[in-house]
Amino acid sequence: MEALQRRTIFATGQGEATYLGWADILILLGIAVTVYLGVQLASNAPPSLARAEIDLNPQVLPYYALRSVGRMTAAYILSLLFSIVYGYLAARSRSAERVLLPILDVLQSVPILSFLPVVVLSLTAVLPQAVALELAAVVLIFTSQVWNMTYSFYQSLRTLPRELREAASVFRFNWWWRFRRVDLPFAAIGLLWNSVMSWAGGWFFLMAAEIFTVGDKDFRLPGVGSYLQEAANANDTNAILYGVLTLVLIVVLLDQLLWRPLLVWVQKFKLETVEDDNPPTSWFYNLLSNSRLASALNQVLIVGTIKALDRRLGKARRFEPAESERPLHWTQKVARLLALTIFVLIVGALGIELVRLLLGVPLSDYARVAAGTVSTALRVLTAMLIAMAWTIPLGVLIGSKPILANFLQPIVQIAASTPATAFFPLILLVVINNNINLNVAAVLLMLLGTQWYVLFNVIAGTTAIPKDLRDMTDLLRFKGWNRWRKLILPSLFPYLITGLITASGGAWNASIVAEYVEFGQQTHSVIGLGALISEATAKGDFGLLTAATLTMIIVVVTINRYFWRRLYRIAAERYTME
Amino acid sequence: MTAHGHKQLGEVLVELRNVCKSYGRGDKYTEALRGINLTIREGEFVALLGPSGCGKSTLLRIIAGLIGATSGEVLYRGKPLRGVNPNTTIVFQSFALYPWLTVQENVEAALEPLGVPRLERTKRALKLIDHVGLDGFETAYPRELSGGMRQKVGFARAMAVEPELLCLDEPFSSLDVLSAESLRGELMELWLSGGIPTKAILMVSHNIEEAVFMADRLVIMDKNPGHIVAELNNTLPHPRRRKEKAFLAMVDQVYGQIVGRTRTEAEELGSAPGEPGATRALPPAPISAISGMLERVNEELTNKIDIYRLADEFVDDYDEILPIIEAAELLGFVNVEAGDLSLTPLGQAFAEGSIQARKEIFAARVKRVPLIRWILTMLKAQPDQRLSWDVFIAALSREFPPEVAERQLDTAVDWGRYAELFSYDNSDNTIFIETEHPVPQSAVPVSEHPTSES
Repeated sequence: MEALQRRTIFATGQGEATYLGWADILILLGIAVTVYLGVQLASNAPPSLARAEIDLNPQVLPYYALRSVGRMTAAYILSLLFSIVYGYLAARSRSAERVLLPILDVLQSVPILSFLPVVVLSLTAVLPQAVALELAAVVLIFTSQVWNMTYSFYQSLRTLPRELREAASVFRFNWWWRFRRVDLPFAAIGLLWNSVMSWAGGWFFLMAAEIFTVGDKDFRLPGVGSYLQEAANANDTNAILYGVLTLVLIVVLLDQLLWRPLLVWVQKFKLETVEDDNPPTSWFYNLLSNSRLASALNQVLIVGTIKALDRRLGKARRFEPAESERPLHWTQKVARLLALTIFVLIVGALGIELVRLLLGVPLSDYARVAAGTVSTALRVLTAMLIAMAWTIPLGVLIGSKPILANFLQPIVQIAASTPATAFFPLILLVVINNNINLNVAAVLLMLLGTQWYVLFNVIAGTTAIPKDLRDMTDLLRFKGWNRWRKLILPSLFPYLITGLITASGGAWNASIVAEYVEFGQQTHSVIGLGALISEATAKGDFGLLTAATLTMIIVVVTINRYFWRRLYRIAAERYTME
Repeated sequence: MTAHGHKQLGEVLVELRNVCKSYGRGDKYTEALRGINLTIREGEFVALLGPSGCGKSTLLRIIAGLIGATSGEVLYRGKPLRGVNPNTTIVFQSFALYPWLTVQENVEAALEPLGVPRLERTKRALKLIDHVGLDGFETAYPRELSGGMRQKVGFARAMAVEPELLCLDEPFSSLDVLSAESLRGELMELWLSGGIPTKAILMVSHNIEEAVFMADRLVIMDKNPGHIVAELNNTLPHPRRRKEKAFLAMVDQVYGQIVGRTRTEAEELGSAPGEPGATRALPPAPISAISGMLERVNEELTNKIDIYRLADEFVDDYDEILPIIEAAELLGFVNVEAGDLSLTPLGQAFAEGSIQARKEIFAARVKRVPLIRWILTMLKAQPDQRLSWDVFIAALSREFPPEVAERQLDTAVDWGRYAELFSYDNSDNTIFIETEHPVPQSAVPVSEHPTSES
């Protein structure tokens, strides 16, 4: 089952370190400085910007959809390139690894949405507005897609079997042959599964990136996201329905015509020597492989390109020196020390500026940050509990009944890849028109975005329970609660933890859009860290924005390190079937 | 070629002068190889043998240029070797085929970086595939082939680049017995008939019979740190037959070299961590394997057995039986000399004893092992007779590399648990003395039995 592979592929982000080292502190400082710099640029941006009008006529939807998909594609290509370069850098050099991995770890806990205004405003300060907006949206989507892909590629490079690597050296593959024959094929499956997930995550942020306000500045880009938001603002239920329908259609089409065929094709790069019982299938892939035209096009376009590249890049000879652990030359040591000193000085100087900015935030605001952190934490906890309450029974049911799985899996998958943000306007409309407490809505919105990770992992965990163990449990006549306690829950534990780690990170991030909503001409909000970030963005209060964002990063990283990783280790040590 | 199918020795291909290899610095310093001197000439088939961890594979990789030596000289045809040696290639234990390429593509992939034109590449690949008997499997993927067939692809790929020196890294050890045997025969045929341009072969092996069957010279290594202990010339005529007396004598001789002989009790036991002298490392041998071996030897009327026969019956590779023999020696259950293993009276008592009697004998003996004694002393010094696993690891890490320390403690706990001396609590990672079931001290029948008379 696909979900099964997912687990092994996604369980990669859990490194060894469980404490905050000096590298982390340096990185946090670096991020803080970046925020600060962006804010500085942003506050100097021109005060008023013209706004693009969003047309609610359904006829424009295909065009809007195209624009949205274009943004996604650009960001995805950027992510792919970044992943490969970063992965190589981190995997090839020990010292680079020591810096690059913690950076990755922290960056993936960063609430991307609170960076959006900073990115947009700093870009509009230097670029024409239309370009800057597009670029900002792409950058935002990129930051939501890239981290897990990078992890995956890095992980593949590190886990490439030693002898395969040595064979490449013995047969003197140069960088190109190594990349094309060894590294990329080996990484392909993990990279593709992560791409699918990243793409789904990208939609979530696209919705938010296409329309938003910072202070008195109002930005919008033509796209499905802005269409939906505008429709909700105008209370136009028909338009909302059209918008959601379009989005679901795009998601289904991309799934069927792009990702599924790719997932089938990529099976060829499996390392295992046994055949899979249940390989992914795709009607479109079968269609393509039976089509002469498709194969001719493939020959001309793809094979031709690769051959041309082979001719160009395959010739470069490179005899690499044998690996050896000679101590560094003193000049290298000095150069390194110098670089480090300059880096620390720059970061330090900017850090002082940053501290000044943070000191400027009134004490009452810090009290709000503290209160907000607690209440958002409670909301995240509630969302996690609700997610477990329904996904565990359903996931176990789907996982243990193959017939049901065949029927439900595609539905679940489409539901999961439709971005929760698309439904936000719809839910808000219901909540506000019926005077429902926004707290309920906020938890619901968090849930909508994150419960799928838990469900997928529960299904994977259930299907992974060995048949012998099930049979034995039947023989011992374990029924009801006893069966759950002795067999199902312990088997699920590692999978559940994997799912919950992703889900809780996502929930914190979602709090930014879930806790503070501008709807129609009104603002609705609850007490929370996410609400504070949104509010600070809307008011242009950069001090508060920085303080709240840093708090969220620190909270999420700390929870990951001290809570999830510990659980994950226990899961890996005690409840793994080997 | 000479009358017996031996090749004429030619020029020196590889020369190693005082090669050393070490990893890490300070606390993490480990020495893998020390003072290696080795020469390989044209026309030679050399086998590297020795217990696991003696650095055979490291040595092979140094010669192939995959790893650099820390000190000493590596010469190829008289010139210092820099980087990957372009005149060698390796056939790997795990085949190292690219699973996403077909048989033909795998072989061709080795020729692509050399800039061989496409048609020529295909021609050469097809010829070699035919040569190793895989005609008709050109478009198959490795996962569709059996282990033996996969390794044939490995050989075809290695031969495609026409290396002067062919390095074999345990190429037969992941094959089933029959495939391995036929592949060995085919390789020997190619090598002896001069059907391949290869000038010399260097093979790392885990299997003494295989080495005696194939090689002209056997280089025997030992560990801590890896060094060469002996070089034996093997002049048996080809084709060699495994059941012949001379063949068996050669195998016996090699076993004698590798296993060594039992030393005095004090030497066998060595010292505990923190004491002066080399800390005795525990061989990673499970109890069940030790008792299984003792029972087998006890079946012999003479209580004595040739080690190669033991290895032949129990395991594929001598590598697996060495730690078991070492453990039995350490515990005073067996004596080893000249490739023979004999039971001591204590070993016999163990082999014939009931479950409880075995535990008692084992407990009494194992308490004399310095590492176990040391653990017991440390535990007894604690008010609650409990100490965390990590404390022991920290202490052991001063004497062993980290992964060795873990393995040492694993074995110690395994033995200690069996002897009911101490146990391990998984929930809080501690080792503790079990107070409920003390081992009856009176029933210990031991110390009268001397370990070693020789």
